[in-house]
Order: sequence, then C-alpha cells, then structure tokens
Amino acid sequence: MSELRPVTEAGGRGERSIPKIILTDAEAGAAKFAGSDSRSYNYFEPKGRRATKYEDVTVDVQPDPKRWLSQSWLYGWPNGDLGYDPRWTRMQTTNWHRFRDPNEEWERTIYINNANSVRQIQNSIENAKSENVFQDWNKSWLPILAKHLSAWAHADHGLGMYVFMPAQRAGMTNMHNNAISVNCMHKLRTAQDIMLYNLELTELFPGEFDGEVHQEVWLNDPAWQGVRENVERLMNATDWVQLCFASNIVFEPLVGELFRSGFIMRFAPAHNDFLTPSVIGVSEREFNDRDLTYTVEMMKDFLGDETHGEANKEVMEEWLAEWVPYSIAAARGLEPIWSEPEIQPVSFEQSFERARNRFEAILSDLGLRVPEEVTL
Amino acid sequence: MARRSVTKAHKKIQELSWEPTFVTKDPKYKTDYKLTKGGQKDAMKQVMQSYFPMQEEKDHRVYGAIDGAIRGNMWRQVQPRWMEWQKLFLSIIPFPEISAARAMPLLTEALPNPEIHNGLAFQMIDEVRHSTIQMNLKREYMRNYIDPAGFDITERAFSNNYAGTIGRQFGEGFITGDAITACNIYLQVIAETAFTNTLFVAMPSEAAANGDYLLPTVFLSVQSDESRHMNNGYGTLLMALAHDENKDLIERDMRYAWWNNHAVVDAAIGTFIDYGSKDRRKDRESYAEMWRRWVYDDYYRSYLVPLEKYGLTVPHDLVEEAWDRIWNKWYVHNTAQFFATGWFANYWRIDPMTEEDFEWFEHKYPGWYDRFGKWWEHYRDLSEPNGHKPIAFENTGYVYPCRCWTCMVPCMQREDTVLDYVDGEWRTYCSETCHWTDKVAFREEYNGRPTPAMGRLTGKREWETLYHGWDLEDVFKDLGYVRNDGKTLVPQPHVHFDDSKMWTLDHVRGIEFQSPRVLINEMSDEERDKWYEDYKKGFTINNTL
Repeated sequence: MSELRPVTEAGGRGERSIPKIILTDAEAGAAKFAGSDSRSYNYFEPKGRRATKYEDVTVDVQPDPKRWLSQSWLYGWPNGDLGYDPRWTRMQTTNWHRFRDPNEEWERTIYINNANSVRQIQNSIENAKSENVFQDWNKSWLPILAKHLSAWAHADHGLGMYVFMPAQRAGMTNMHNNAISVNCMHKLRTAQDIMLYNLELTELFPGEFDGEVHQEVWLNDPAWQGVRENVERLMNATDWVQLCFASNIVFEPLVGELFRSGFIMRFAPAHNDFLTPSVIGVSEREFNDRDLTYTVEMMKDFLGDETHGEANKEVMEEWLAEWVPYSIAAARGLEPIWSEPEIQPVSFEQSFERARNRFEAILSDLGLRVPEEVTL
Repeated sequence: MARRSVTKAHKKIQELSWEPTFVTKDPKYKTDYKLTKGGQKDAMKQVMQSYFPMQEEKDHRVYGAIDGAIRGNMWRQVQPRWMEWQKLFLSIIPFPEISAARAMPLLTEALPNPEIHNGLAFQMIDEVRHSTIQMNLKREYMRNYIDPAGFDITERAFSNNYAGTIGRQFGEGFITGDAITACNIYLQVIAETAFTNTLFVAMPSEAAANGDYLLPTVFLSVQSDESRHMNNGYGTLLMALAHDENKDLIERDMRYAWWNNHAVVDAAIGTFIDYGSKDRRKDRESYAEMWRRWVYDDYYRSYLVPLEKYGLTVPHDLVEEAWDRIWNKWYVHNTAQFFATGWFANYWRIDPMTEEDFEWFEHKYPGWYDRFGKWWEHYRDLSEPNGHKPIAFENTGYVYPCRCWTCMVPCMQREDTVLDYVDGEWRTYCSETCHWTDKVAFREEYNGRPTPAMGRLTGKREWETLYHGWDLEDVFKDLGYVRNDGKTLVPQPHVHFDDSKMWTLDHVRGIEFQSPRVLINEMSDEERDKWYEDYKKGFTINNTL
C-alpha cells in the first residue's frame, strides 16, 4: 500500500488526545489479488444453493474430530467419554452435520420471536383489562385456571429446565444444540407466562382466585400425577435425542396439546373467557410451528440415513414402547378435569381422540408405528 | 416491566420448582463439592418477560450500527493490521461463547438451588446470542474488508490451528468434568468476572482507535450481558463456600483456573492490543496498563481478595506471578514474537513493526528494543519473499519453543520451563503451575480425597506432533491455508495487497517441519538433560541474518 497519512491531526481540544483518523482504503474491492474475491464461508456444504445467514453463523462452531478438529477434544470425562461423545445417544448417522434447523434460529430470530410472544400476551392482557372483559367471565371458571392452567406451568418448567437444558449440552453439532436451546427457552418462558398470568388474575379477582393452589394440585391432585410422573421420568433420562423424541413427538401431542387445545382453548370461550386462549395459544403455536417442526426434521434425518436409518427406526420404536404408556397414562389421568367446568363443550374422549389422531399423523409422517403391545 | 413488578414477578416464578418424587433425581453432571439446597438468591431478579424485549432492543441497536457501518463504508478507515488479528480472534471466540451456553446444565444439574437455575437459563441463551452475533460480525468483515482470505475458512482454521486449539481449550474448560470446577470457578468466577474486562471492554476501545467501531458495538452489547453471569457465579461460589470441606477444592480450582485464564487470554488479547494497533499515542494505555486496571485493581483487589473473609486463601502468589510475567518476563511480547515466527502456520497476516511502533514499545515497556527490536527488524526484512525462507527457518538466533502440555501456549519464559515424565512420556510445561495442573489437579484424587468428577486432559495436545517430518508445502495443503488461486498462502508476514509480494507454496516447498515434543521424546537421557539446560538459558538474536 502507498504511504498512509492521517487526514486530521490528532490534536483534540486542548490537552485531549484522540486517535487519528486514517483513510486506509481497506474496503472490499479496493485491490485485486489472490483470494480477494473469496467472500463466503467455504468449509461446509450449504443445504441450498447458497448458504443462509443461519448456516453461516451456526455450522461448525461446535467442531468435530471427524471433520476439521485435528487435535481432538482437549478435556475428557473421568469415565473416558470425549468432550462431545457420539455414544450419548443411541442414534447413529453417517453425517451428524447434515441436520439444519428448519426454523433457522439464531440470535435475532430468538429475540424477535420471543419478544413478540411476550408482547402478544401482555397486549392481550392489557386490552382485556382496559375493556374490563373480566366482569363477563363465568366465575366458576376461575378455579380451573387457578388449579389446572397454572399446574401446567410446572410441566413446561420441568421440560425447559431439566430436559431441554441438559439436552442442549449433549448434541453432536451446533445445529442440534442451538435448536434444542431455543426449545428450552420456549418452555421456560411459557412457564413464566402462565405464572405471571396467574399473578394478574390473583390481583384482578382478589379473594376469588387462589394464586398458589397450583403447587398443591401439581404435587398431589390425582389428575396431575401421571403428567408429573411423565415429566419427572423425562428429567432423569439421558439420551439427548430420546429426550427430544419423548418430549416433542410423544408427550406434547398426547398430553400438551390435549390440555392446551383440547381443554383450555375449547372450554374457556364457553365461560366467556376469550383471553386465556390467546395467552396459552402462544405456546401452542410455538410448539406446532417451531419445536415440533425441528424435532420432526431431526428425526427424519436419522430415519433417512442410508446406513443407519433402519436401526434408528427400531430404536425410535423402542422409545415409543417406553414412553407412550407414560404419556397415555398422563393424558387419561387428566380425564376428570373435563368434568369440572360448569359448561362442557367437548368430552374428554372427543379431545383425546383428536390428540391421538394428531399423534398418529406425526408418527405416520415419520414412518413409525407404535408397537402392538402398546395401547393407545 | 416496571422494577417493582419485576420483583413481584420474580418472586412469583419461584413457585415453579418442586422436588421430584416419582424418580430419585440422578444428576447428569456431577461435582465433588458438597452443596446443600437453597441458600443464595438471584439478586438480578431475572424474568423472561422483561428479558426478551430488553435484549431485542439491544439487538436493534447492534444491527442498526452494522447497517450504518456498511452504508458509511467503515472499511475505508479500518487498519488492516487490526483487522488481520480479527481473523484469529473471531474464529476462536464463538466457541467459548457457545460452550458457555452448553455449560449451564452442569450447574442446573449439580447445584441444588432453583432460583439460581433460573438465572442460569438466561445465561444459556445469552451465550447463544453471543456466539451467533460474533459469527455474524465476522461474516460482515469477510464481506467488506479488503482481504477476506482467512475469514472464509474461519471455523475449519479454528479447528486445525495451533492457536485455535489454545483458544478452544479455554472454551472446553467450561463444559467438561466437575460441574463447579468447570462452570462456576473456571467460567463464571475467573473467565467472566476477571477476563471479560480485557476481552470485551479493553479490546473494543482499541478496535475503535483503529477505525473499527463494529467490534465495540457488538462486544459492548455482549459485555452488558456479563453482569448477569457474574451474579450467577457469585451466588454459586457462596454456596460452595458454605462448607469448609470445599475449601481445598475451591483453592485448587482457583489456582488452575486463574493461571490457565491468564496464560491463554493474556497471551492472545495482549498481542491483539499491543501488536494489532496502529494507534501509537504515548498516552494510550498498553495492555499491561489495562491489565493492571481491569484485572488487578477491578477484579483481584475488589472481588477476589474480599473472598478471604469466608476463610478462603485466594491465589495471591499467582496473581502476582501473572503480573510478573506480563511486566517483567515479557509475556505478551514473547507471545507476539512467537505468533510472528509461526506466521507460516497462521491464517491471518501479521504486519511488521515500524520505527514508530518501536518507539511506542520502548516508551511503554522500557528495555523492549534491546530484547525484541533486532528480531522485529529481521522480521521486516524477511517479510517479502526474496529467495529466503519464512523467518522461523532462517538463522535469526530464535529457538522455536516447545509447547506447554497444559495451557498449550509455547514455553516462552524459557527459564521457567518444566520438563517431567508424566503418563509414560516426556512433557514440557510453561510453568510450575501448569505442571501441577496436569500432574496433581486433573486427577482422580486430590490431597488424599477422591475426586471422581474431575475431568481429564486429553487429545493431541502438541500441534506440531501432527506434522512432524512433513514438508511445509504439504502442511499448508493439509491445513487448507491456501488461497483460491491454488498457490498463494493465506497467511502473509505483511499487509501488502499485491500478488507480487505474496508468499506462495513455491516459497515453502522443501522445508521440513519438526515437533519439539517428538524430538524430546526421542532423545537419550543425556541429550535431553543437555537440551533442557540449554533451553532454560534462552537465546540471543543475531545482529545480522
């Protein structure tokens, strides 16, 4: 480069010292030389014709001794496991790095989407308060929200903090782990959305809304013990793919959607409560649009592997045999709560049938079957 | 959300936790520390409903600035000397960041305190933010800076480079082994509370002085998340301090973590700040001055020393030793000299130092010229290809260093080098503390007590071993550090953007590369004793080539 000279003298004001501004002409295209046109990351295969921003900021940030990591992992576990060990799941693959999160979650999407969810809920509540819609609510509905909607927050909290949180440590690529970490935050945020909604209702209905009864319900109400058992068993499982599978392919469609769509969102309007469906609908949409979508894509990647696909299918069907009974028990355990509200627009069997059909459609999409010995 | 309602909301969300009864909770990640339930609070009172909108707003500011930099063509005024070091720094830092996200479940599993778990969840997604925001910053550099080579291979190069590996062990230190050692002491108490000040505050100010205001925009936004993480770390540390039997483990981990952080972070950031800058105003702070302010005063004296009221002995000797290495033993300057010696194995360029630089170094570090001036003159003389080899293979008098088995930084304080036979081989260490870390700390027993949760040092820890006996041309091809014309090298010992001054494969063909570790292990005992004695004496730079 030619001699560079500052365009201003760095005198500052009086005694102040400031850096010199120097025009270096170091912008793209200022000179042509070997490599000066190489302006995309060239160490991975994009899924499409050109790498997306999501791929650019995600792929290979977690390295792999099977790719470029020539010195391997530098810290190991006392039992001999590697820093990231492929034996942490029973899934096998010829290429861990094939998976892409269909939601393309990275920093900006995480904050934009979750902030929008927060705003949607807060705006809904504020609008409802300004219109004082609560005066039209059927008061018999309040204990249902206090007990059951609020009890569900524990399930979301358990899944977020003790299922998806550890799962995002264990995946073999950054693509897997980032997708799981976003799922983790959806669950934790939803749990807190529900708790803060509970707080609003406690303040709106002083003396009528029991803001703390949900803890007793979650721990001791027989209707909820199946759900709690399912969540606690997930909290103790270790295989990170199994955790995603058993949570999002089995538990959420059979239990989560059953409760959110099949109960809360169906029953609330009948009690003149049009607010709660828009609050809980946020997490329903997040599960359906995002968390289920990435999980299905992840499972399809394992199932479609040319070498290990069949073996992976067998393992997933073993997981179905293990986890479907817990989730069916959890779902059926909830049946009594369908009888509690004053107005009952749908029966448990109608809601459960819908959930079961939904579950079977997801399995059909994946090409999986529930083992015959398992009763749906 | 108003502050009063955040307090109320935070209290409310504490109702979410419960004790499982259908299973006996088996933590997925373990610790040898004794911890009892509850105890510490989350002083930051973090709630998702205030967090996400706040972070979104911070993002808007960052991406607005990026748009402004592109539209205003910031790269007309950035210093290539500075930008080249970003090829290294920004290849490394997204991995420690994402590792910090992955580290959080170590504590949510091992630490019996749901209130702190909640704080850890925010930290987890903060770290995902940091990793991807930094990858995006690098992408903008690649697209807009005059020389994208090195940015374009960034994560591959990070994975197979000697310096990338040093940075990687910093990130791996967060995620593997004892949950408290890794995630609390190493990551939160030392890396985040002490060294993010130099990483994310001192470095951005130097970037701005070199015409780069995007790095400050991104990293100061990152740093604004760190107070939450320090808060998580402090609460956890106090839980550990509640039990006397943890004190020897805390002291062990503070010694390891402090020293390892110093070895890695000061080597890298010190070099970027002192050798990556064109700002040679005498009144701008050197890295040593920044370190004294940010690490010694703000961290050691204000945070670490007060922990002694809990009966803990903090590693005063190692803090002083780190300062001694930086100020009296030329740690940063030895590192920069090594980086420049090893330019042939880099994926970034290193600009020669000029007379103005010499003057600044002598002013800031009296005695610098006598020790390093001649060598940097040789470097400048050998920077353009002219029938000679890369400087590492010319007779300057410099002795290519052996590598520390523990911190993996070369043993540059020659007189402090330790040689020992450990786990069936001869290993070298940069210091007594790194020797102790491998031989004593990372073992299944410590001070006579079993430490079954402690991690292990693993992997091919000396990079040079991989290429012992290789022709340098083949090393380049294997690493992938060749530009897209198939012959010009990615690294260059200058910042000329002119093909006629660039080194190619032709210039490095026929040079055999050797590993000090392999050679040391092949020596007879007498040869090794002699080598060790000579190595500790250091070297003298020749006046002429």
